[in-house]
Amino acid sequence: MEISADMLKGTATGLKHKDLVQGKVLTTSCDPNLQYAWDDGVAIGRYLKELKHGRIIAKKCNKCDRTMLPPRMFCERCWRITDDWVFVQDTGKVNTFAISHVDWKAGRLPKGQRYFTPAVIEIDGASAGMGILHLLDEVDPDDIYVGMKVRAVWRPEAERTGAITDIKYFKPY
Amino acid sequence: MGHRRVAIVGAGMTKFVRRALETPKELAYEASRMALDSCGLSLKDIDCVSIGTAPDAFDGVHMKGEFLSDGSGGYQKPVMRNYVGGGTGVFSPIHGWFHVASGMFDTCLVVAEEKMSNCHPHPAGAFLTIFDHTTEQPLYPTLIWIFAIEMHRYMHTYGITKKDIAQVAVKNKKNALDHPAAQIAQEVTVEDVLNSEVLAYPVHRMDISPTSDGACAIVLAAEHVARRITDKPVWIDGVGYALDTSYWCTRDLCYPEYLEVAARQAYDMAGIREPDKEIHIAEPYDPFTYKELHHMEGLLLCGKGEAPQLLADGVTQRDGNLPVCPSGGLLGVGNPIAAAGLMKVIEIFLQLRGEAGKRQVPGKPTTGLAQAWGDLMQVGTVVVMRR
Repeated sequence: MEISADMLKGTATGLKHKDLVQGKVLTTSCDPNLQYAWDDGVAIGRYLKELKHGRIIAKKCNKCDRTMLPPRMFCERCWRITDDWVFVQDTGKVNTFAISHVDWKAGRLPKGQRYFTPAVIEIDGASAGMGILHLLDEVDPDDIYVGMKVRAVWRPEAERTGAITDIKYFKPY
Repeated sequence: MGHRRVAIVGAGMTKFVRRALETPKELAYEASRMALDSCGLSLKDIDCVSIGTAPDAFDGVHMKGEFLSDGSGGYQKPVMRNYVGGGTGVFSPIHGWFHVASGMFDTCLVVAEEKMSNCHPHPAGAFLTIFDHTTEQPLYPTLIWIFAIEMHRYMHTYGITKKDIAQVAVKNKKNALDHPAAQIAQEVTVEDVLNSEVLAYPVHRMDISPTSDGACAIVLAAEHVARRITDKPVWIDGVGYALDTSYWCTRDLCYPEYLEVAARQAYDMAGIREPDKEIHIAEPYDPFTYKELHHMEGLLLCGKGEAPQLLADGVTQRDGNLPVCPSGGLLGVGNPIAAAGLMKVIEIFLQLRGEAGKRQVPGKPTTGLAQAWGDLMQVGTVVVMRR
């Protein structure tokens, strides 16, 4: 059998998002507005607690010798409970990055809002390749490069809540 | 290995469109009906149904498999839904293969459906919740960010330019001009791609496949049944899939190791030792331009960092030595997530049977593969097919 155009069903409506919003066609919508309260767990709970103190903590697997970040209670490779808690630096290197002009809904940023510069940052003291997702700032995007040394910029202690956002962003040093 | 040989004996699909009038069930019905008609079977000949469909959040229906089951021919039958993110479309035929290869069932209808247009303002928003809720979601990441991040790592590691990568869009969108289901087929130049809006450097708008609605279906049959149904069965001779951890920042994004694991599994099963010579035609997953190249490398169709050279040399054109995405891929035909992966399986099915019409590659290929990828850049799904 060959698939030809006359065999294919499927009707493109040509409707745009605004046509729906403006009620040009009959619509029903649902906004369930659910909320979640997530438990942080054992490993990430400790990670957050240390972030509140302005420190980054990792966990080590003594079998494969990896110092893992974010810390985890089990090693996915050795399939065993991890061993020691290890403080690592709040500095690192940019492993890779992007300069994003869209938000989390893939929408264009409103006029005047600064682009995002998300990056994978390999933290000093963790095993090679152990990176975390965070943002870069206080740097011209044209000056960012892979391998750039960066340091965490912490919120003032009183403003920290025990969240990844206790680090405002990373900046070159 | 102790399993039965399984063939694809029929296929069907809908058009891929930005916003379909049809409901998900209606799309699934149309593709399934066409697949059964294509091989002269009726629903009573189908022993079980495998449904592949991606996040429930697209439809806002928190049981998509059950919701789609009647449209997919599953009324009063054993039905199972499978989901590994973007990898679903090629996982669903693997899932169907298990059912038949195991000896449990003689036939399986595999249906993959996606209707992304239900979700507003943009279905990309549904992906926020795939990120770690404590360490990543507070930064409001989006898939475009992390694909830009991965593309950048790939470019940096192997010294690849955006211009090298843009040629994937040129090739695939052009190939799609010959696909009757295509949503965004067009002739474009490398300059058009590079001049299109930057969404997240290094990703431009034309590096990305569209959001789409659509469905695909195939019929699987055990060998003794397949030979009664058709004189042109296409055998699924190798299947493989593997998952890396969802800690996506703690592996080197320049190379998809999990895909190599999946590919080796499929090649071992199919008795393939030199994939770069023995695979004649390939449909690697191309939701973003760089992914086609990244996946060719993970599939061992060339060395690490070498895929752009094959592209530049014309090797991956339809008339090249290794046609890649002759369908037009997700970049040209469209990307209704699960359905897009199964569209690739259907393309190899048609190509191996010599029934791909204007898209037919020369040289009567005997061995092909389809592949998909997804979740937090962590799953590879691979099917090796022979005529």
